[in-house]
Amino acid sequence: MALLPRAEGTDRRGNLLTVVVEAQKLQKMYNGFEAVAGIDFHIHRGECFGILGPNGAGKTTVVAMIYCFNPISGGKLTVLGNDVTANTRAIKTRLGVVPQENNLDLELTVRENLLVYASYFGIRRSEAHKRVEELLHFFSLSTKADQEVDRISGGMKRRLTIARGLIHTPEILILDEPTTGLDPQSRRLIWEHLRQLKNKGLTLVLTTHYLEEASQLCDELIIMDQGIILEQGKPLDLIQKQVGAKVVEVEINLEHSHALVHTLEHLISGYQLAGNTIYLYITEDETEAVKMISSCKHVHTYRLRPSNLEDVFLKLTGRGLDYAEDTMVFTDPKKTGHIL
Amino acid sequence: MQKTPWFLQTLKKLATYYSSVNGWALKVLARNLIVFRKTWTTNLAFNIVEPLLYLAALGVGLGAMVEGIEGMSYIQFVAPGVVATSAMWAAAAECSYDSFVRMHFQKIYHAIVATPINLEEVVVGELLYGTFKSLLSGTVILIVIAALGLVLSPWALFIPIVLILNGLVFSQIAMIWTGIVPKIDNFAYFFTLIVTPMFLFSGVFFPLDVLPRVLQQLAWLLPLYHIVILLRSLTIGLITFELLYHVLWLTLFILIIFPLPQMLMRRRLIQ
Repeated sequence: MALLPRAEGTDRRGNLLTVVVEAQKLQKMYNGFEAVAGIDFHIHRGECFGILGPNGAGKTTVVAMIYCFNPISGGKLTVLGNDVTANTRAIKTRLGVVPQENNLDLELTVRENLLVYASYFGIRRSEAHKRVEELLHFFSLSTKADQEVDRISGGMKRRLTIARGLIHTPEILILDEPTTGLDPQSRRLIWEHLRQLKNKGLTLVLTTHYLEEASQLCDELIIMDQGIILEQGKPLDLIQKQVGAKVVEVEINLEHSHALVHTLEHLISGYQLAGNTIYLYITEDETEAVKMISSCKHVHTYRLRPSNLEDVFLKLTGRGLDYAEDTMVFTDPKKTGHIL
Repeated sequence: MQKTPWFLQTLKKLATYYSSVNGWALKVLARNLIVFRKTWTTNLAFNIVEPLLYLAALGVGLGAMVEGIEGMSYIQFVAPGVVATSAMWAAAAECSYDSFVRMHFQKIYHAIVATPINLEEVVVGELLYGTFKSLLSGTVILIVIAALGLVLSPWALFIPIVLILNGLVFSQIAMIWTGIVPKIDNFAYFFTLIVTPMFLFSGVFFPLDVLPRVLQQLAWLLPLYHIVILLRSLTIGLITFELLYHVLWLTLFILIIFPLPQMLMRRRLIQ
């Protein structure tokens, strides 16, 4: 199903969007080190907002400031209409948090974990029981309800942590790297759950270094590196704007790469060198470009494929995210369409 | 530009520490009690069996070699001290090793502060739980020594109140260390330099008047010294006005150091 283009400031049905998180010149210092360097962004109600970047980019710090764990060092941060420096309890009551590391009560069962967490929000016992059963069902954990948490799989622990974050029906769910360390199957299952939550209208704020995760789930993205925002927008717009629809990856000896770029100049919007690989962002006639590349005798191999967020990131930072799993995006034959 | 004077700021901060004794902190206590209900059998050996071993070895074994002290049999002299020390060890262990595991390895504090509960309230909840564990072990040992006929006076019914003070004192001292130590192994220093000396030199096993005068006076600085005096007096029913000084000493100690565990934990976890 194709997404209809949306007007700025409206949702899919054309309703006006409400800003639920607003950061202005937001800054965070750790002992003289500037982890977040004065960034601005808005998060709207009902959207899935992604914060993408490599480890150490400042993603976790940003979300930890939103859920009032880390105090801000400068600028202004408003969450659900409350200033984070003033009334943290009012904010924390309305947020759900799924931290990077599972921090479940290992001695307790799956159900007890949810009930105990419900008690922190002062939810009445009868109501909590009802809510717990709903969540167990939604996350397919009902059969494990009476198992000790120590004994369930990593994917289930993750789902339980997400369920726990939803126990008080929050207005925003914050997920800090929700699928890091999971096998691909568990990851996809979590994406499916998050998509369903999004469709129910829940606002999601998600940090990730998985480009596929960001492109699958996020309506709006910021790409961060070293405490600053490099680029923001909708994933497809970002790809279109930065690299265009198609990329050709060419393996060629470094000394010949400039000549190749020069001959293709009229067909590309830009290029990026990484080792012996050159990424060419094709704007014009792709068949013509491929023909020219294949006729160049210095080229070892090449392939044409649709461009993705990795290309955007590579272009913006001059380096990849450097994760083995992300390179799977390149080698998946269904996605890349080899013309070797 | 008007600035709030520093002393008002300090007062305001202090107020938040003392006002953390509230319903939110009780939720943290309740969480720990739920876990305790499932795991209490594993705590039994350390908190209850070990003190009884001391009582058997020292009271019965060593007691056979020792003439009475201050007009009591040796086991009668040692028994209230064993109640006090078991309660001390229980609180000290709970708020050091066990709290550290919850804070550092299980990240339970992080999980809780993402809810409406604040870190200060988490710390208070932990202190209350340490106090509960302390009260529990002390009371069990008290019941055992009562069954052995070593409790001579109904004044002993006030002992649980002293055990609560005891629990608060040692939970706080342990929690201060938990707020400071870089690694769990560092607790060895806490036990070797603080808990064990207190255990040995607070008048549990011998009356302090055999020590040089200076050391006797130093013992006054040890919380356990005051607790042992209170417990021994209450078990034998030797009630004097002076006991109130010891209660006052303990109460002031608890109130004065009360902000410290919270301050240190905030400094440790939140940057």
